[in-house]
Amino acid sequence: MAPDGGESADASLAILAEQLAKLKAVLIRVPDQAAAAQAVAELATAKNWKKVAYHGHPLLRPVAAALPCEAWEADASFEKQKLEGCDAGLTTCESIVAQLGAILVSSASSGGRALSILPHVHVVVAEAGQVVPDLGSALALAKARHGDQMPSMLSFITGPSRTGDIERILVLGAHGPKELYLVLVG
Amino acid sequence: MSDSKAIFLKDATVNAADGDQRAFIRKALGGYYLNRDLQKARYRDWERARDAASMAKWSAVNDLADVLEKFVGNFERNGGVVHWARDAAEARAIILKIAEDNKAKAIVKSKCMTSEEIHLNDALEKAGFGVVESDLGEFIQQLRGEAPYHFVFPCMHVKREAISELFTKHLGTAPTDSPEELTMIARRHLRQLYVDADIGITGANFLVAETGQISITENEGNARLTAALPRIHIALSGIEKVVRHLDDLSVLLPMLATAGAGQPMTCYNTLYSGPRKKGECDGPEQFHLVLLDNARTRLLADPEQRDALHCIRCGACLNVCPIFKNIGGLAYGTTYQGPIGSVITPHLRGLKQWNHLSGASSLCGACTDACPVRIDLHHHLLHNRRNAAKESPTLFDRVFHHGFNFVIKRPWLFATGGRIFRATLPLLQKLPVPYMRAWMKTRDLPKAPARSFRDQWKNEHA
Ligand code: SF4
Repeated sequence: MAPDGGESADASLAILAEQLAKLKAVLIRVPDQAAAAQAVAELATAKNWKKVAYHGHPLLRPVAAALPCEAWEADASFEKQKLEGCDAGLTTCESIVAQLGAILVSSASSGGRALSILPHVHVVVAEAGQVVPDLGSALALAKARHGDQMPSMLSFITGPSRTGDIERILVLGAHGPKELYLVLVG
Repeated sequence: MSDSKAIFLKDATVNAADGDQRAFIRKALGGYYLNRDLQKARYRDWERARDAASMAKWSAVNDLADVLEKFVGNFERNGGVVHWARDAAEARAIILKIAEDNKAKAIVKSKCMTSEEIHLNDALEKAGFGVVESDLGEFIQQLRGEAPYHFVFPCMHVKREAISELFTKHLGTAPTDSPEELTMIARRHLRQLYVDADIGITGANFLVAETGQISITENEGNARLTAALPRIHIALSGIEKVVRHLDDLSVLLPMLATAGAGQPMTCYNTLYSGPRKKGECDGPEQFHLVLLDNARTRLLADPEQRDALHCIRCGACLNVCPIFKNIGGLAYGTTYQGPIGSVITPHLRGLKQWNHLSGASSLCGACTDACPVRIDLHHHLLHNRRNAAKESPTLFDRVFHHGFNFVIKRPWLFATGGRIFRATLPLLQKLPVPYMRAWMKTRDLPKAPARSFRDQWKNEHA
């Protein structure tokens, strides 16, 4: 009854790519970790980022190390003002929902609540195996993984922040990130 | 006539005659119809999805006491604090007390219709707390000093020039006619407020009993920021928002977005299960949830209209309602506009004062067709009319119905009346009967037949 999420992994990936494009999120597919680091570094150069905050995760540390600008591991101390001054936030995610183009981040996988919403750009690095067909699978996975110890925040992100409040005309970057990149490894 | 009715009639008359404004609203909704249909077409079976969504809500609302208790148990286990509020005054007092106890200086709010219902901003401001609406539409309405026009699209009636003027006046920014530039002005202005605020107030779209999480749906990211940066998070929710299972959201979240805004999914759908946990680097230290009754249990006690509590506030019924589109949202004078507002307001605020809304419908049924949780909206308007006629009949009800009753039971009187009526029908066209004047202006009455139907029947079948 709900929208199609794909019967196979390849079908899901195709649906995901189509949904993300419609949402004006950017999907970057890379073969391996090294290529992921390179892709993010190129983004940083192209967009002239000065400071990037990241979550200290094995998938992200090598990416942060390859950045051509200042990289700040934002997990330990939480400074709102400093985070607000960052050009981009770099996080992983729990899973990715092909059916809707939604990325599920959590206060566990994203280094807290603010890193994926306060900086002006959000970059998610994930593995292709994290793509699930539909919303039900993503919720079931979160439940299986965390049991009754759910992270205090779980958030489905469906494209860059947006509003239609002025004359119902779509504008990206209302309060959250204006740009959303998903770097998918494998 | 009740005050609310007098205001309604006056506003409705003025607005319905404002062709410009109506065209503007029609245009604003044009894109919505297209996107909604595109998204609906992606569902493998939209009607079955509606069945599932309405079942999910039905199963929770029909067992509300148990499901709520389960939710509260799990919510508290996660470290949140629950406050029960019987009515608006209690809810305001609870929130004021939290603000006072914590010596709050700045409060930031994300969109929450329940807070409009209890007039929270007024109460906070009177007590000396600054409170800023962070949703762009609500922010604009707050600056305008006006209630939301539509409970999903609060300022859909305001043209960009007016918003530009408003920002120039209040924020001192240069005039612009670009919606993008206007959005960025609000973004820049509000950013620092999130960082400085010590209390964040949000609503809740769903309360998940199974896990004790609350779910918040939004597009802009302002609710995410409101629940991330201040040290205290207060959520305010009606008791009917509860669902049993986490998996219920897998149908409710996409349908909420598609039915109400033509989106596959709203940009941010976030589940909160408590304050900052050990090992997490940010998030509030306190998480309060105010659960509001405010006459919802009265609606629950009515088996006929209980399903109105299934409403997920998507706004679809407003978007398709010919009355809403013609008279606009402000004329209703209610927190919840459109068909759902017309159904529930008489229950929440008194049938006598608000029954006129039961007539604010063409009974076309567009609302019922649009509702993702299958609330029988247009029949409920009829139920309200019937209840009102029983509870507090108007003079017209009494005179007309009793008169009709008297006549219909006496065939000779009925026949005589018919004869007189047929003879005087041409006169009626010219007579200034107050109720009929507007109707007659553009319509001609049919010619009266020489003989009554009963006469003709008798002749032909004799
Ligand atoms: S009554 Fe139905 S259509 Fe109207 S807002 Fe509620 S859920 Fe949406």
